[in-house]
Amino acid sequence: MNKLTKQLLPFCSLIFIISLWTFLRPDTFLTAQNFLNVLRRSSVNGIMAAGMTFIIISAGIDLSVGSMMALCGMSGALVMLLASGGAWTTILTTGAVELTAGGMLLGVLAGVVAGALCGALNGGLITRLKLAPFIVTLGTMSIFRGICYLLNDNKPFAVSAFRWFDNFSVLGVPLEVLLLILVFALAGILLKYTPFGRYTYAIGSNPETSFHAGINVNRVLLAIYMFAGALTGLAGMIATSRASSAQPTAGISLELDVIAAVIIGGASPAGGRGSLTGTAIGTLLVGFLRNGLTILGVSTNFQLVVIGVIIIAAVTADQLATRRRA
Amino acid sequence: MSDRRRTLLRMCGVTKRFGPVTALNNVDLEVAGGTVHALCGENGAGKSTLMKILAGVYPPDAGFIELDGVRQTFARPGEALAAGISMLYQELDLAPDLTVTENLFLGAELRRGPWLDQSAMRRRTAELIARYGFRLDPEARIRELPVGECQVVELLKAIHRRARILVMDEPTSSLSEAEAERLFAIIRQLREDGLAIIYISHRMEEVMALADVVTVLRDGEMVHTAPARELTIPAIVGAMVGRELSDFYPRREPHPGEVILQVEKLASAEGISDISFALRRGTITGLAGLIGAGRSELARVLFGLVRPTAGRILLRGREVRFAAPGAAIDAGIGLVTEDRRRSGLCVNLPCSWNLALPCYPRVGMRFRIAPQRERALALRCGEAVRVKWRDPEDPAASLSGGNQQKLLLGRWLPLDPEILIVDEPTRGVDVGARREIYTLLNELADRGKAVLVISSDLPELFGITERLLVMRRGRLVAERETAKTTPEEVMQLAAVEE
Repeated sequence: MNKLTKQLLPFCSLIFIISLWTFLRPDTFLTAQNFLNVLRRSSVNGIMAAGMTFIIISAGIDLSVGSMMALCGMSGALVMLLASGGAWTTILTTGAVELTAGGMLLGVLAGVVAGALCGALNGGLITRLKLAPFIVTLGTMSIFRGICYLLNDNKPFAVSAFRWFDNFSVLGVPLEVLLLILVFALAGILLKYTPFGRYTYAIGSNPETSFHAGINVNRVLLAIYMFAGALTGLAGMIATSRASSAQPTAGISLELDVIAAVIIGGASPAGGRGSLTGTAIGTLLVGFLRNGLTILGVSTNFQLVVIGVIIIAAVTADQLATRRRA
Repeated sequence: MSDRRRTLLRMCGVTKRFGPVTALNNVDLEVAGGTVHALCGENGAGKSTLMKILAGVYPPDAGFIELDGVRQTFARPGEALAAGISMLYQELDLAPDLTVTENLFLGAELRRGPWLDQSAMRRRTAELIARYGFRLDPEARIRELPVGECQVVELLKAIHRRARILVMDEPTSSLSEAEAERLFAIIRQLREDGLAIIYISHRMEEVMALADVVTVLRDGEMVHTAPARELTIPAIVGAMVGRELSDFYPRREPHPGEVILQVEKLASAEGISDISFALRRGTITGLAGLIGAGRSELARVLFGLVRPTAGRILLRGREVRFAAPGAAIDAGIGLVTEDRRRSGLCVNLPCSWNLALPCYPRVGMRFRIAPQRERALALRCGEAVRVKWRDPEDPAASLSGGNQQKLLLGRWLPLDPEILIVDEPTRGVDVGARREIYTLLNELADRGKAVLVISSDLPELFGITERLLVMRRGRLVAERETAKTTPEEVMQLAAVEE
């Protein structure tokens, strides 16, 4: 009962938004194509939000996800081009390289590994130097972005033949949407049915208690940041596939949508609370909100304002509800 | 005398319900100025609720409060404070990064024009400190003060606010005997000054030593109120639990087995040094000493929280070095910490998770948690330590202090540790639950485990242990058979420099 009411608020908001758009623009909004479109648009930040859920439950935060996603895309694309036999000069100038399937696979793996390594850097600095996650990831946010620009002197890596994630589909469902669902299912199991998930909650709730209970707190935290990083790497490759190039400017201020999805989904920035069901609802809420506002012709600039308001409103409502329950 | 002792506070017919639960039912309380009025009762008896109504935290559903014969309704805690009612909570209510002076004047700073009058505030603080004969630096930051002195600052704050009624909830729970004695002296002086002091404690010896009047609450009702000199500890305890406890500490026949843990010349960076002793199977050993004597620090080394800087630990005759608590747990050592909230429980997580936290990799759930098995494990532990919960999935914060303590003990049962170290196992725990905790420790010893009890409650140590180790200033100063020593001797050993 209690668990239900916790997710009731974001869920009702989601239903409300969908109903509102349906009422305002039934013809353009309420179509299977548009719903699929929202899911596709949500795949990149949704996959990242799944990882972010673990980080926020552990009482951490990762501000570097946007830059990290771009860096993973860049690294993955670079490996893709090199593994397909491209010469350095061609890669850095025209990017006219014939991509091989093996090269693309290697590139995707490289992107995911790059994400795990970025996560390891964040987690390593947080646990070894005992720094606040906020500070560390604020720093790496800048570091990762800088490397993105340095890699090819502000220019993107073109991988025009790499369209795996948005072109392939199974029974009409694009691969990126399938991956989104798969990631949420697997992360959900990880969080709910493994000691790793329990330790994530325990560390977020009380790290000292967790240490006393024999948990290797540093190792678990490192694993959390690496896991979230790997998912960000996957998201980076999806974004690269969608743009058919790896942009050094990809994912700027994407941390907003990612963190917003987790917080709107009921996770507590103080740690120890949150769920992937909540994050899924939060992701959809942000997705539908942006979609509907776009359909209504509201500018992306104004969308930023609305999302900011929604974050604050969601946390306020959640706190009021919690206070009443106590 | 009789003039000063007129009734200052009258709570009449106070009733409070939380949903279907009646927390207080028609409770009357009369407190006179210049007296210490002890409020006794098990956890959940309604003491805290009654005091929160007095402090204006909750409104009563029925009944009223009179101060000096005038009816009062407090809508907010601030109004009760203004009327002269000050509460000293268990959790200290001070800003840790501010100084003593700043805390005393917090929200009521003295000003000269728009500016703070720092020197006047400092002078007033120094005067107040001097009047009660403390040695305390007005400029010291709260964070840097020992707990005992923080308590003193709390008291000064109340006096400074011109409190007439002072409510103290378990003020000695984190104090050493010496600090507690000093606190009692202050309380007696405040009583002389005509204040009414409502004193809540589970420590009956303190109640008998301090109180003029004792009121006992049970299940939200007032069951007994009488002058303290007409009462005995068994009578009070009897009224609290509703039955006479003929023998408070459960008896046990000691059957000492072989030595399981041997410590040789152990030292750590946290200030303990040259500590050597041995623990035998089937025994309960007590570790006595003042706060800061290094008892918890010794436990931290044994449990792998801190690495020793010298000496060695032998477990079953073999030397062990623990890199982290995980290794100590694997070797069969358990620790129940002294601070439930800080290092014991994840209070906002379910009880069942809290119980299972150290167990997962050690009961075959290293990679996958089967929810039914986890629940079964929780129910089994919960039953073994007799936790009272509505549902094991409820957060640990929903339990009373005593039940939280049982949770901490219960989590070690599935792991069946050979050595269990319990640090202040009954702090803030009510009488009924205390006895159950003692019984549990006895059962462990009877099953051939070695139990090490750290406690600042000497009667408790004498009631349940068969051997006592006494620490002073980071060193082990004495080892005694409990039956062949006295609390006075132990106190002497713990407190007095040779």
